[in-house]
Amino acid sequence: MIDYQTLTFEYARCSEQSPDAAACVHPVVVVGAGPVGLATAIDLAQHGLPVVLVDDDCTLSTGSRAICFSKRSLDIFDRLGCGERMVEKGVSWNVGKVFRKDELVYSFNLLPESGHHRPAFVNLQQYYVEGFLLERAQALPNLEIRWKNKVTGIAQRGTQGLEAAHVALAIETPDGPYELLARYVVAADGSRSPVRKLMGLDSHGRTFKDRFLIADVKMEADFPTERWFWFDPPFHPNQSVLLHRQPDNVWRIDFQLGWDADPVLEKTPERVIPRVRALLGPDVKFELEWVSIYTFSCLRMDSFRHGNVLFAGDSAHLVSPFGARGANSGFQDSENVAWKLAMVLEARAPDALLDTYASEREFAADENIRNSTRSTDFITPKSAVSRVFRDAVLTLAREHAFARQLVNSGRLSVPAVLRESALNTADEETFAGQMVPGAPCADAPGVDSQGAPQWLLAQLGGRFAGLLFCRAGVRLESGTREALDALARGPVPMHFVAVLDGEGAVPEGLPTGTTILRDAEGMAAQRYGAQDGAFYLIRPDQHVCARWRHADAPRVERALKRALCVAGTA
Amino acid sequence: MLNTQPNLTRPDDFYEALIDMHRDLDEAQSQSANAQLILLLANHVGEHEALMDAIRFARAGAECAPSGNGATRSHGQLAA
Repeated sequence: MIDYQTLTFEYARCSEQSPDAAACVHPVVVVGAGPVGLATAIDLAQHGLPVVLVDDDCTLSTGSRAICFSKRSLDIFDRLGCGERMVEKGVSWNVGKVFRKDELVYSFNLLPESGHHRPAFVNLQQYYVEGFLLERAQALPNLEIRWKNKVTGIAQRGTQGLEAAHVALAIETPDGPYELLARYVVAADGSRSPVRKLMGLDSHGRTFKDRFLIADVKMEADFPTERWFWFDPPFHPNQSVLLHRQPDNVWRIDFQLGWDADPVLEKTPERVIPRVRALLGPDVKFELEWVSIYTFSCLRMDSFRHGNVLFAGDSAHLVSPFGARGANSGFQDSENVAWKLAMVLEARAPDALLDTYASEREFAADENIRNSTRSTDFITPKSAVSRVFRDAVLTLAREHAFARQLVNSGRLSVPAVLRESALNTADEETFAGQMVPGAPCADAPGVDSQGAPQWLLAQLGGRFAGLLFCRAGVRLESGTREALDALARGPVPMHFVAVLDGEGAVPEGLPTGTTILRDAEGMAAQRYGAQDGAFYLIRPDQHVCARWRHADAPRVERALKRALCVAGTA
Repeated sequence: MLNTQPNLTRPDDFYEALIDMHRDLDEAQSQSANAQLILLLANHVGEHEALMDAIRFARAGAECAPSGNGATRSHGQLAA
């Protein structure tokens, strides 16, 4: 088995460093080969763009760090071609339990319904996630990774919005400096983002006065595969503790220590081992795998776009770890920015489309920060009265169902519904279900034309998609046919998925290459509130941008233009 | 909309029971009882706007009450 924590990667000279190199402006450079940078680079490369990914180091994550990867992240990994590996190696879980002292007060299931390909979460050490993403990245011929390439300077040239506008990066390497030019730069260079600093930009928000200890321990244990959270447990009084399972018999234990704890002293095995032993009991054998003391902040940049530089992941926003909203929101940044850059660089959309990357993901970051701050205020009450209410909630929760909905040990990451996005076309008709314009698409099981089981999200793919619900054995309505033909002939690559309600013949008139999915259990139609003729226009990042009970060409064409910020649709 | 018109079916009995709830409790227990009572009643009310009204009225009342530090605040600050 590969130990991803010890891998190092070779620095190599790049084309810009050869003496006879001609000046070349790359379409896009991604800075930072962490999880978000890797995902962004893969996504861009899968859109067919040549991508350069630079990193100032030559290793992957040391220590498990982020361990909870949400269903939405897994859906994204599926699209990036490495979802199966993540799920195979990861520990899947759906259930969380909350204890007060040693009493169970509340249990929740994050994925109570069936009919989804992926679980609510897998736990997986960050070095595996990075390793699997990296191996996928290395398999893409149009993705060049440059290790030990450190950004030391940045300048924007030309007028934003014009094709000549580009970014000049000063790069330091073991062989000395060179200049790297790109039309767009995605800065996924982490919470201390050197690119942000070089540009003189700030992040604003709150830093919380509390310290936490992570002890990842290796042991044989029979705790169930669930997220367990204690308020004021007998083995660690007055503070909280979180227990999580990871692959390879590693368990994450997260102890709240309080602000007065000494971060150096508390990291020593002499202090950590008794804390772990208090939880596990005297007889359990364990080894310390990774120990870390952390504090946290909820911060974000005022704008995620500055000229032709787009900030993604921790460089743009930071949250507390309760809720698994850090890395998971970073992957949502990456898929949002990737398709928009592809459309702009292929001249299918104006530069203004990238402004919507900033506005959509700033909105999502605010939602994440709000949720994460609320969780933190519950776990770490800031005043005596806040503590009184917190404890009152926990007391009531034992007996009274209503109080359980107030218990907040972390509201776990779900993707943002981009309700207010300028790219959406408002509904003209009413639909049942959750798939409003801006919503991330729900998965559903089905059967393909060969009778093999398939999942809806896998069929939608990574292009704009037209999702049509129709009756088997019945001709398409003429309006629907015209709409599909208009999209198929249009300037934007489209993929069509026809969801059939039964086993009859495939309707005539579907565009060539349409994927057929038979909705054997009726879940797709139910989740999309769809009847015969319903048509959804889906973005490449699998968010709904428009829907109709019956499609017609003028309306779908208008909606597609709006989704690309093409002029004349405001 | 929070109903602030008379609505209690047995006002004096209620008030007596409220004070009685705190009998023999120390300061921390009283605080806990009050907090639990607020949460129970809030859930019963349910409607978010009514709860926000109640929170605004209570906050306004607290700000014109004499503070423990002896400072008082004017009425004008309360609207926000």
